[in-house]
Amino acid sequence: MSAVTSSAPKPLLSPALMATLKVLGIFGAIAIAIVVLVQSGAMPKGSIGHKVLAAPFIDMWDLPDLLVQTLWEGLVAGVLYALIALGFVLIFKASGVFNFAQGIMVVFSALTLVGSYEIMTQRMGLPPGTVVAILALIIAIATMFVLAWLVERIVLRPLVNQNEIIMLMATVGLTYFLIGFGEYIFGGNPKVMITAQLGLPVGQTQFNILGGRVNIQHLDVAAAVIASVMIAGLAFFFQYTRIGRALRAVADSHKAALSVGISLNQIWVIVWFTAGVVALVTGIMWGARSDVSFALEIIALKALPVLILGGFTSVPGAIVGGLIIGIGEKMGEGYWGPLFGGGIETWLAYVIALGFLLFRPQGLFGEKIIERI
Amino acid sequence: MLHVSPNTATTGIAKGEVLLSVENVSLRFGGVKAISDVSFDILKGEVRAIIGPNGAGKTSMLNCINGFYFPQEGHITYKGVRRQKVRPHEAASSGIARTFQNVALFKGMTTLDNIMTGRTLKMNVGLFWQLLRHGPAMREEIEHRRKVEDIIDFLEIQAIRKIPVGKLPYGLQKRVELGRALAMEPELLLLDEPMAGMNLEEKEDMCRFILDVNQTFGTTIALIEHDMGVVMDLSDRVVVLEYGRKIADGTPDVVKADQKVIDAYLGVAH
Ligand SMILES: Nc1ncnc2c1ncn2[C@@H]1O[C@H](COP(=O)(O)OP(=O)(O)O)[C@@H](O)[C@H]1O
Ligand SMILES: [Mg+2]
Repeated sequence: MSAVTSSAPKPLLSPALMATLKVLGIFGAIAIAIVVLVQSGAMPKGSIGHKVLAAPFIDMWDLPDLLVQTLWEGLVAGVLYALIALGFVLIFKASGVFNFAQGIMVVFSALTLVGSYEIMTQRMGLPPGTVVAILALIIAIATMFVLAWLVERIVLRPLVNQNEIIMLMATVGLTYFLIGFGEYIFGGNPKVMITAQLGLPVGQTQFNILGGRVNIQHLDVAAAVIASVMIAGLAFFFQYTRIGRALRAVADSHKAALSVGISLNQIWVIVWFTAGVVALVTGIMWGARSDVSFALEIIALKALPVLILGGFTSVPGAIVGGLIIGIGEKMGEGYWGPLFGGGIETWLAYVIALGFLLFRPQGLFGEKIIERI
Repeated sequence: MLHVSPNTATTGIAKGEVLLSVENVSLRFGGVKAISDVSFDILKGEVRAIIGPNGAGKTSMLNCINGFYFPQEGHITYKGVRRQKVRPHEAASSGIARTFQNVALFKGMTTLDNIMTGRTLKMNVGLFWQLLRHGPAMREEIEHRRKVEDIIDFLEIQAIRKIPVGKLPYGLQKRVELGRALAMEPELLLLDEPMAGMNLEEKEDMCRFILDVNQTFGTTIALIEHDMGVVMDLSDRVVVLEYGRKIADGTPDVVKADQKVIDAYLGVAH
C-alpha cells in the first residue's frame, strides 16, 4: 500500500513578493542617493538633475492633495486598462489566439449600444430614457454573443490547428471588418455615451483633505466598483462552476479537455462572448469620459504594455499590470510630463513595461522559463 | 470501495460480445504509414492489450478509437454502430475514456478539480444557474463531488486532493489521470502506457487498480504496455503491432510463443 504525502515545503516568500521587495529596495536606495545629492549641494535647484530627480518628489510632498488626485485618476485608468487586458488574456488562454481585435471590440460594442439607442429614439420614435437605454444594452450584449458565435464558426473552427500567425492575421481581418461594419451601420461620427440614461452617476464630489481639494467624478467611482465586481465575479465563476472548470481545462490542455468530452467549440463561444461583455463594460466607462468613436481604438494600444508586464496568460497579471501602467502613466504625465513638453502619455506605458522587464523578464506573474537543451 | 458504476445495462451488449471492432483501418501522415490495414476486436468486459515496439502505431490506434485521428481507410464499429468519422466529443459521450502516454492533465488545477472535469458530460445544469451558483447547480455540484470523492478514496489519493497536479510526482500524476478517466464512468477505458516511468511499488498499485476496475465494474479496458510481465498478468487477449501492421493476435500464451513476435521484440532483421 502506498502512502501519498504532500508536496515540497513552501518557500518563505513567494517569488513575486521577493521581486517586489527587490524593486522597492532599489528604489529606496535611489531615493536616499537623491536626498544626499540635494542636501550636499551637488545637485543645485534648477539643474537638470534636480528637475528630473528631485523637484517632482518635492512637489508631491508639498501638494499632497494633487498627489492623491493623480493617484486616483491613475487608478481609474488602470482599472480600465486591466479590463481590456483581461478580455485579451481570456481569449489567449482558451484558444491560443492573439486577439488583435480586442481594442476594436471595445469600440464596436460601445458603438452598438449608443447607435441602437440613437436609432430607437430618433428613427423609431421611442421615448428617450432608461427603458430604451436598457433595451439598447440588451441589444449590445446580444450582438457580442452573435459576434462570438460567428467568430467561432467562421474563424476559429476552420482555422483550428493552424499556425498562430494565421490566427493573428484572422483577428487583424476581424478588426477591419468591425470598423467597416460599425461605420456602415452606425455612421462614422463620434457619438455621446448614454451615461445618465443607463443609470450611471454623473457629477462629482469635492473633498477637502490634506489642506487642499480632491475632485472625485462619480462615474469614476462607478467604473472602479463595476470593474472590481466584474473581475471578482469572473474569478468566482472560473473557480467554482462546471463551465469555469472547463474553461481552465481548455486553457491547460486541449487534448485532455477533448478526451473528457469538453466541447472546444462551446468553450470558444463562451470565452469570446465573455471577452465581448468585458469589452462592452470597458467601452461604456471609457466612452463616458470622451466620445464613442473609432478614435478610441488607441486605448487598445495601452493593453499591449499591460500584457508585456503581466504576461499573456495571467489574469492577476492583467489586473496588477493594468494598475501599474495606469498609475505610472498619470504620475509620469503629471510630474515629469512638462519636462518633455507633453506627449509623454503616448510612449510612457511602454517605457514602464520595459523598465519592469529589466527586473523580471518573465513578466510579473510568469514562471521563469529555463530552456531545455 | 468505489460506488461508481458504468451504465452497463443501457448498452445492450452482454459480457463477451464484441464491444468495438476495428476493420481494415489504415492511417497515413503524409508519406508515413502509421497504421496499415489493421483489424481486431475488443470484447465487452475483457482487458485487451496492444503491444509492439516503439513507433508501431499503438498510440495512433487509440487516437483513431477516441476520435483524435480519422483513419483514411477502414471503419471502427462501436456498440454496433459503424462510423467513418467519430469526434472526440462523441467518443467521450458514448462512453470511451482514456489516459495519455505523456500524462495530459490540467496542470494548474487541483487533483479534485482535474477529476471533476471527468464529470463534465454527466452535468447538465445550464449556464444561468451556474452563474448564480445556486439551486440546481449547487445540488448537481455536490452530487458529483461525492462520486469524485469515492474515486479519490479508491485510488488512495486523499492526501493530494487540493494540490495542483503540476506539482505532483509523475507516478501520482498518472494516477490522477486514471481517476479523471474513471470519473467518466466509461464503458471502454483506453490506457496508453499507464505504468511507464513508474517504480515497482507504483506499478503494483496501478495493476491492482486496473484489475479492480475491470473486475468490479466490468469496465472493458484496452491497454498499451511495454512491461511484458504486466501484459501477461493483466490481459485476456493481446494484439501485436509492428510497423503499423498487425503481426499477431491471441491469448498471452499464444502470442508469447509466436515467432514473429519474438523476432519483432528481439529486433531480428526481416
Ligand atoms: N500527429 C502525427 N503526425 C505525424 N506522424 C505521426 C503522428 N502521430 C504519430 N505519427 C507517426 O506514426 C507512427 C506511429 O506512432 P505511434 O502511434 O505514436 O507509435 P507507438 O505508440 O506504437 O509508439 C510513428 O512513425 C509516428 O512518427
Ligand atoms: Mg505510443
